Amino acid sequence: MNGWLAGLAVLIPLAGAAVTLLAHGLPRAQTVLSLLFAAALLLDASLLMAAVWRDGMVVVQASAWDAPFGISLAVDTLGAVMTLIAAITGLACLAYATAEIDEGHRRAFFHPLSHVLLAGVCGSFVTGDLFNLYVWFEVLLIASFGLLVIGGTRAQTDGAVKYVALNLVATSLFLLATGLIYGLTGTLNMADLSRAVPRVENTGVLNAAAMLLLAAFGMKAAVFPLFFWLPASYHTPLVAVSAVFAGLLTKVGVYALIRTVTLIFTHDPEWINGVLLWTAGLTMLTGVLGAAAQNEWRRILSFHIVSQIGYMVMGLAIGTKLAIVGSVFYLVHHIVVKANLFLIAGVAQRLTGSMELKRSGGLYEAAPWLAILFFIPAFSLAGFPPLSGFWAKFIVIKAALDERSIAIAAAALVTGLLTIYSMTKIWGEAFWKPHPAGPVEETGAPRAMVVPIAALAACTIVIGLFAQPFLAVAERTAAELTDPSAYAAAVLGRLP
Amino acid sequence: MSSLILRAATRALAPLLILLSLFLLWRGHNEPGGGFIGGLVAASAAALQGIAFGPAAARRMLWLPPAAVAGVGLAAALLSIVPSALFGLPPMAALWSKVDLGDGAYIPLGTPLLFDVGVFLVVVGSVVALIAALEHKPE
Repeated sequence: MNGWLAGLAVLIPLAGAAVTLLAHGLPRAQTVLSLLFAAALLLDASLLMAAVWRDGMVVVQASAWDAPFGISLAVDTLGAVMTLIAAITGLACLAYATAEIDEGHRRAFFHPLSHVLLAGVCGSFVTGDLFNLYVWFEVLLIASFGLLVIGGTRAQTDGAVKYVALNLVATSLFLLATGLIYGLTGTLNMADLSRAVPRVENTGVLNAAAMLLLAAFGMKAAVFPLFFWLPASYHTPLVAVSAVFAGLLTKVGVYALIRTVTLIFTHDPEWINGVLLWTAGLTMLTGVLGAAAQNEWRRILSFHIVSQIGYMVMGLAIGTKLAIVGSVFYLVHHIVVKANLFLIAGVAQRLTGSMELKRSGGLYEAAPWLAILFFIPAFSLAGFPPLSGFWAKFIVIKAALDERSIAIAAAALVTGLLTIYSMTKIWGEAFWKPHPAGPVEETGAPRAMVVPIAALAACTIVIGLFAQPFLAVAERTAAELTDPSAYAAAVLGRLP
Repeated sequence: MSSLILRAATRALAPLLILLSLFLLWRGHNEPGGGFIGGLVAASAAALQGIAFGPAAARRMLWLPPAAVAGVGLAAALLSIVPSALFGLPPMAALWSKVDLGDGAYIPLGTPLLFDVGVFLVVVGSVVALIAALEHKPE
C-alpha cells in the first residue's frame, strides 16, 4: 500500500496533465480539474510523509522487477519532505495562477504543462535510480521550457534561449556521467551504486564521473560559476510560473547533489567536500552581491536564490550531521519563502504597475496588508528571529563554527547582512517611497492571489515559531543521509 | 511549398510510414521498436503531409485536435497501470492475457501494449501540435 503512495506522487500529476489536456476546450472545467489534481497530489504527499515517518523508508520495485534490475522507487524522509513541499508549492502557485492567466495563456497549455512539471519534480524526489532521475529531470525541463515562453514576449524568448541552452549542456553532462558510472559499476540503482562505488579501483575515472555529475547538478542548482542562466530568465515568465521555478527547480538540483554526495560518492569525502565548500562560499557571495546591483523585484529575488543555494551547499559540504540538518531545514524553509516572495512581487506589480523599483512605490500606504505579507518572507529570508530563516541560518553557521570553518561562517554572516540590504531596498523603494506617478489606488487583489500568499506566509511563521517538530524531521533526515548503508539495505534487502 | 513530385510521393509514402509505425508499435521493446519510436515515425508521416499539403492536412490526419490525441494517449498509458493496482501488485506490474485463436495459436495482449499505445498517441499528438505551431503564420 505504501508503495502505491510513492507511485501516485508521479501518477497523480501525470493524470492531472491528461485530464487538463482533455478538458482543453472547457476553460472552467479545466481550471477546476487542475486545482483538484494539485490538491490530490498534496493529499498523497501528506500520506506518503506520514507513512515514511511511521514505518520508515518506503520502497517499491516498479513493474515488479527486483532491484537492482528494475527501477526502484525509494522514498526516505528527505524524499518525502521534498515531495510534500513540492505539492504545497504547486497547489499555491496554481491557485495564484487562476487569477493571473488569461485565455491566451490557458490556450498555450499552462495547466497541462504545470502538471507535467510537478510530475517531473516529484519523480526526481521519489526515484531510487540514477537514470530514472535523469528522465525526470528531462520531463521537468521540457515542461519548464514550455511554461517559460507562455505569453511569447521578446524578453521571454531571450531568457528562454539562455535557459534552454545551459540546461541542455547540464543534461548532456548528466548523461555522460551516467554512462561513465554505468561502465565502471554495471549498475544505476542508487542503492546498489552506494555499495559498488567504494569498490571501484579506477578512482581517476570515478572522480571524473563524480565531477561531471556535480557540474550537471550544480548547473541546475545555479551554483557559482554556473548560475548566470537563472537571473537571465527567471524575471521574464508569468509570476506563477516564476514562483514555481524559484521555489522548486533549483532545489531539485540541490536535492540531487545531496542525494549523490551522501549516498553514492562517499569514497573520497575530503576532495568532494573541499570542492563543494569553495563553491558554496563563492555562490553565497556572488549571488548576494549580484542582487545588491539590481533594481527590479524579480531580478533581485533571482540573485537571492543563487546566494541562498550557497547556504544549502555549505551544509552539505561541511558534512557533519548538524550541518546536514541545517541544509535540509534550509531547503524546506527556502522553497516556501522564495515562492511566496515571487507571488508577492506579482501582486505588487498589479498594484503599482511595474516590477522596476524606480517606477514603483506607495505600497505601504495603499496596501498595508501586503506590506505585512511581504515583511514575513523577506525578513525570514534575511534570517531575522523568530522567522524560519533564522533557524536555518543559525544551524548551518553553528555547524561551520563547530568544525572551525571560520571563513565559510564569516561568508555566511556577511551574506546574511547583505540580504537585509536587498530586502530593505525593496521595502524602501516599493513600500515606503511615494509612487512617482502619484498615490497608488487601493484596488485590492483577487482573493485567489492573496490566499496562497497568506497560506505560504503562515507556513513560514509556523516553521519559525514551532521549529521543534521541523527540526526533528530534519534530524531524522540527516541521520538517514549520514548512514547510506541503511538506504541500500532498505532497497536491496539484507544482502552482502 | 508547392511541388508536384513531393505531393505525389507523399500520397504513396504517408500510408507506408503509418503502416511501418504500427508495425514498430506492435513489435515492442524486445527488438528495436515500441510506442515512442512508432509514434515518431507516424508523426513524420504527418510532418510530410504538412509540408506537402499544408498544416491543415496534417491536422486532418488525426481526426481529433492534437492536444486531445496527446491527452487520450496519456490517459491510456495511465489506465494501463490501473490493473496492477486492482491485483495488489507494485505499480506498473505487467499483466498479460492470451486471446486464443484455436490450434494452439494465440495473441498475447497485455498492459504493456496499452501503455505503449498511449505513448504512441502522446508522441503523435505532441509532435503534430508542435509542427502545427511552427507552420502557423502570425497575423
